[in-house]
Amino acid sequence: MMDTSTLLALVQDGVVNGAIYALLALALVLVFAVTRTIFIPVGEIVSFAALTYAGLDGKTTPPVLALTMGLGLVAFLRGAVKARGRALMILALETLGLPATVTAIVMAVVPMQLGIVANAAIAILCVAPLAPLLYRIAFAPLAEASVLVLLIASVGAHLALSGLGLLVFGPEGARGDAFSDAVLEMGPIILPGQAIWVLAATLATMIGLWAFFRFTLAGAALRATAINRRGARLVGIATDQAGLHAFWLAGLIAAVSGVLIAPLTTIYYDGGFLIGLKGFVAAIVGGLVSYPLAALAAIAVGILESFAAFQASAFKEVIVFAGIIPVLLWRSLRHVSVEDEE
Amino acid sequence: MKPLHWLALAALAVLLPWLPGLPLFWVSLACQIGISAIIATGLVVLTGVAGMTSFAQASLMGIGAYATAVLSTNYGLSPWLGLPAALMASLVVALAMGAVTLRLSGHYLALGTIAWSVSLYYLYANLDILGRNDGISGIPPLSIAGWRLIDIRASAVVIGLGLVGAMLTTRHLLDSRWGRAMRALRGGAVAAASVGVELGQARMLAFVYAAVLAGFAGWLFAHLQRAVNPTPFGLVAGIQYLLMAVVGGAAHLPGALLGAILVVLVNNALQDWLPHLVGPGVNAETVVFGLALVLMLQAAPTGLWPLLARKSKPRHHDVTAAALPRTLMPAQGGVALQAINLQRRFGGLVAVADLSFTLYQGELLGLIGPNGAGKSTSFNLLSGVTQPNHGRVELGGRDMTGSSPQDMARCGIARSFQHAKLVQSLTVIENVALGTHLRGAASPVAAVLRRDRAEEARIFAEAAIQLERCGLADLADASATELALGQQRIVEIARALAAGPSVLLLDEPAAGLRHAEKQALAALLRQLRAEGMAILLVEHDMEFVMSLADRLVVMDFGTVIAEGRPQDVRRNPAVIEAYLGGVA
Repeated sequence: MMDTSTLLALVQDGVVNGAIYALLALALVLVFAVTRTIFIPVGEIVSFAALTYAGLDGKTTPPVLALTMGLGLVAFLRGAVKARGRALMILALETLGLPATVTAIVMAVVPMQLGIVANAAIAILCVAPLAPLLYRIAFAPLAEASVLVLLIASVGAHLALSGLGLLVFGPEGARGDAFSDAVLEMGPIILPGQAIWVLAATLATMIGLWAFFRFTLAGAALRATAINRRGARLVGIATDQAGLHAFWLAGLIAAVSGVLIAPLTTIYYDGGFLIGLKGFVAAIVGGLVSYPLAALAAIAVGILESFAAFQASAFKEVIVFAGIIPVLLWRSLRHVSVEDEE
Repeated sequence: MKPLHWLALAALAVLLPWLPGLPLFWVSLACQIGISAIIATGLVVLTGVAGMTSFAQASLMGIGAYATAVLSTNYGLSPWLGLPAALMASLVVALAMGAVTLRLSGHYLALGTIAWSVSLYYLYANLDILGRNDGISGIPPLSIAGWRLIDIRASAVVIGLGLVGAMLTTRHLLDSRWGRAMRALRGGAVAAASVGVELGQARMLAFVYAAVLAGFAGWLFAHLQRAVNPTPFGLVAGIQYLLMAVVGGAAHLPGALLGAILVVLVNNALQDWLPHLVGPGVNAETVVFGLALVLMLQAAPTGLWPLLARKSKPRHHDVTAAALPRTLMPAQGGVALQAINLQRRFGGLVAVADLSFTLYQGELLGLIGPNGAGKSTSFNLLSGVTQPNHGRVELGGRDMTGSSPQDMARCGIARSFQHAKLVQSLTVIENVALGTHLRGAASPVAAVLRRDRAEEARIFAEAAIQLERCGLADLADASATELALGQQRIVEIARALAAGPSVLLLDEPAAGLRHAEKQALAALLRQLRAEGMAILLVEHDMEFVMSLADRLVVMDFGTVIAEGRPQDVRRNPAVIEAYLGGVA
């Protein structure tokens, strides 16, 4: 049996992890709503950001930059087949210019050793561009394909990226420095600084996203594309561009999650996949469309996981992932239809 | 392929491994290819034919492998007893998985299989009885009459024969009553339901069949490797099997073998060469496979087989057998179908407000009304596709309110659709044969064992008769995609007739037909009426419906505004106002 303090510790653990799953769930919902892509490689972005953050020692250039530049080159070649004139210029700027600029900045900043927050920013800057580059390479050419085809492509991208992750980061895991060593005591609750950081960052990201969708034109374009792709195109929204923006946001959110989780647990090159999948469980509870439901479900997943780990640690993953099945079932029962697929 | 071809393939599988000078390494690659191809064959049925995607095939393979491993090591049973155990275990697990997962549609199902795959993997890696991460070793090899098949060439023979057997049973299954039902899941599900195909059963069949093939492959794998551990049964392996099907061409049986050959050979070459390029300890092949999957979907979504093979001629079916026994038509003049105060709302929109009418056997009733009057919704209410919010549907005096389309079909209703719904991967006559689904009885097992031939012959004879009646006998072996839109509607009528109905619901059958074709259709409908069929006809072509119908029901804004003989309805002021917007 467990006592109150264990119970509280488990819940607190679950909420902190759940907050990170919630961020990922938001990224997944966003990408799915705008592009109909189930963005499995979100997990790789998480682990790459975590490993990049943990690997910053003030001397070496983050190895992930080679990957960012390489993917940029591939994306350029993939897009250069069709683009001409001004479009080609923009493509070159975004796929070649941007990663090169990031590399230059990072190489200049790393030796300055500006501290932990700067390191977090560096890691995010290095890794976030991977998502839009992936979109250009893998998903934009399939924009008109079915959700199922996009999903298979997404699984393919996950496989390729996780192999590249092993190449870049090696098989060893790493753990990053905590953002703060402070501990907050509130009666029986003992809140470590990192937990506060995670919760604050999650909240800030959510408010930021809300403001983006509510107050900016780009946000409105994303919402319009999500609601009705063809309709959005008819009123002059470049849905391709909206897809790119969605992947940018997802990349940023996932990279932030990676940096946040780095001090909490040891991350390996392929560890993000399971973390991302837990974000999925939550995103699916929200039917891949509802942000608040997804965020709440993510917290629930975190708590379920933390109790499962305590009661039956070996079967933790089995319990969490088998947990998705009743959710899927409930989802599909609410949408009973004999509609033809495809 | 003819039986002789299959025999030749089997002979090849027996003899080829013993070819003098053949390096044993090649034989072991062939074993890998064979086992993979069996799993990919299951995916052809599941993904290519039935349109469901599974990432869990490697985990299902693990069920078969662990089942036989536990029985032959812990309990010392013969590996041959492990075979039925492996097949049963994968069947039972697939049934359980399917029962909770198969209601999911499209991408939810695919995600569900990812969840299953991850769960099963961690289960294998954590259960004591399965040896946790170390797995189970010391599994005995297969043996025949005391001869232990330790030589890899002997194993290759068993695997080769297993592959030929798997492809043969798959071919048999696809070419059967249930094969047509599974094909209909892709793009023709609503139509299949309207002739009584239980879609859930068809989905389950495809899922369980693919799982049993995976379990069979697992049994072969366990006794070939003589050891099992969780690694080959994880998600990455599951993705690789799907890659094989996609690369080869998921809709084609030879595509499974082609995909398996390519992926295994490329994998092998990569494992040889990549360490020299990128250093040891790096899974660079996963990068190549991941990229290959993405590029395949972008460049050749139908896979390589359709690009390599010349377009195969559609199969010609022999139609000389006696047709199915005729269904009994209820007495002329009896009440066939009754709508009683039917109402259907979609949110705030009332599509059908209040619909009542009676259709008699041997009567042709026209249902007309301006666009948006609620005719198609009425059709869906009467055929069980949509359920009414209020009111009743009676069929021959029996209350059928709330029945599924399948139950409606069972009670003698058949219908066509405003937007023709033919199964693209079937020929015209096969689409019509789908209509006989409820009149056949052969089970999937009978199909696999080829015990359904007599029934199939009668089904195709029946389909040919109905096509002939509808004037499309010449197009029997054409692909459904080749037809003009008007012809597709006529094929739908033939499919409906093949179900042997007593009530026929036709949704704008004359749209898109030329003058002569319309006349032929009118003649057919008159003949059916004379035979006692009750026909409800929704039609916009006034000349056509006025000349044919015994009575008309006119709808506007979801309610009946007039009912009666055509010549009376034509003069009804309410009807004139509805159509012409009021004559000032």
